[in-house]
Amino acid sequence: MPAIVSAKAIHKHFGTLHVLKGVDLDVAERELVFVIGPSGSGKSTLLRCLNRLEQPTSGSITVDGIDMLSSKTDINHARQRIGMVFQSFNLYPHMTALGNVTLALRKVAGKSRAEADRLGQAALERVGLADRAHHRPAELSGGQQQRVAIARAIALEPKVMLFDEPTSALDPELVGSVLAVMRSLRESGMTMVVVSHEMGFARAAADRVVFMDHGLIVEQGAPAQIFETPSHERTRAFIGQIQRH
Amino acid sequence: MSSWDRFLHTFFNLQVMEKYLPDILSGMVLTIELALAVVVAGLLAGLILALIRSLGIRPLNWLIIFVVDIFRSLPPLVVIVLIYFGLPAAGLSASAFVSTWLSLALVLMAFSEEIFWAGITSTPRGQWEAARSTGLSFSQTLFSVILPQALRITIAPLTNRTIAITKGTALGTVVALHEILGMASSAVSNSYNPSPLMMGAAAYIVLFLPVVVAARWIETKFAWKR
Repeated sequence: MPAIVSAKAIHKHFGTLHVLKGVDLDVAERELVFVIGPSGSGKSTLLRCLNRLEQPTSGSITVDGIDMLSSKTDINHARQRIGMVFQSFNLYPHMTALGNVTLALRKVAGKSRAEADRLGQAALERVGLADRAHHRPAELSGGQQQRVAIARAIALEPKVMLFDEPTSALDPELVGSVLAVMRSLRESGMTMVVVSHEMGFARAAADRVVFMDHGLIVEQGAPAQIFETPSHERTRAFIGQIQRH
Repeated sequence: MSSWDRFLHTFFNLQVMEKYLPDILSGMVLTIELALAVVVAGLLAGLILALIRSLGIRPLNWLIIFVVDIFRSLPPLVVIVLIYFGLPAAGLSASAFVSTWLSLALVLMAFSEEIFWAGITSTPRGQWEAARSTGLSFSQTLFSVILPQALRITIAPLTNRTIAITKGTALGTVVALHEILGMASSAVSNSYNPSPLMMGAAAYIVLFLPVVVAARWIETKFAWKR
């Protein structure tokens, strides 16, 4: 299957810190790739390079045929194809849920207010929050806020969705609602790259698990293979650690 | 004459007050005009400087910081005197009104730039990232996402500073500007009676108390739960 995301030889330095040391990652259409690894392994940085929130020091990235690192690429246009969900939700506190979802529809996709509202309402429907459209983020639970953030991303009909630890800031009882939305996105055929430690979700939904450590991909494979029979000692140690909790 | 009568005769002399009321009123009109001009020019210039600073062009930012720090350290009175008495040496001249307006506007610009800038930088980085990740440009993000939040944070310090600097219109007396205090003190000299000064004080309260109350109202209206 052709890769919709293709990152080659990605290096990233923050000053003297070498965070990514030559990472290759291809993601096929409709694939769900799970990226795991200890903190500081570079997994979030890799994700943020894919939509150029971080500028890689070197390497190449194409998403849906667009060279993301070329200076000729209209990055704002390209980013419409790549939805991103953050650990801390990052909803706009001065807007309603619907306002959050429709801002880019109006400003970037150029929809009229009526059309943006219709699409925004449909996106909120998909995450089960149609009845919360006129609530401010402060009036929503963490789980609801994260689902609004997912609606904000999918309203633009992206080709790929990036999730950066989407459930890490949530109380345990709210995690399920967010994972349910991600599962339904998955079933609709969305290509997804997920940085997360939700191993249960990874086992159930992921096509591939990628283990990163010290800025490199150590090994990757089907969830069962990575979790049951990892071939590297570091992978084994990491899986053992998180499964003990 | 009892001491109470003497007090009234000195500080609330109705004859003197009646005579100089028109002067105080014309001083009030001038003070209002000057204050509005200072607030509009000062806040607008401060906001524009903060927006330019957010572009992150190093030499430009050094220049902004330099100018802003100068006007934050100079007493407004000194700036008024420098402009009024100093500009003619450069072949330019500014009226008492323009000198006072320009000085106070520059000082308000300097302080409000710092306040706007603090508001912009205190808006969480994640807000920028979320907006940019949906394809919004730098300026779309700045105007639709960052500024509305930054302005809410800045309302309280901004209104405080604006009121403090606007009251500086009284400094115009040093360049013989006929605003409230100028009118009141010349009436005091002419009548040998301090009653006009009490009228002046009353005029400031009439002008600024509503502004202070309005500021408080704006602060509560723009506060929102996080």
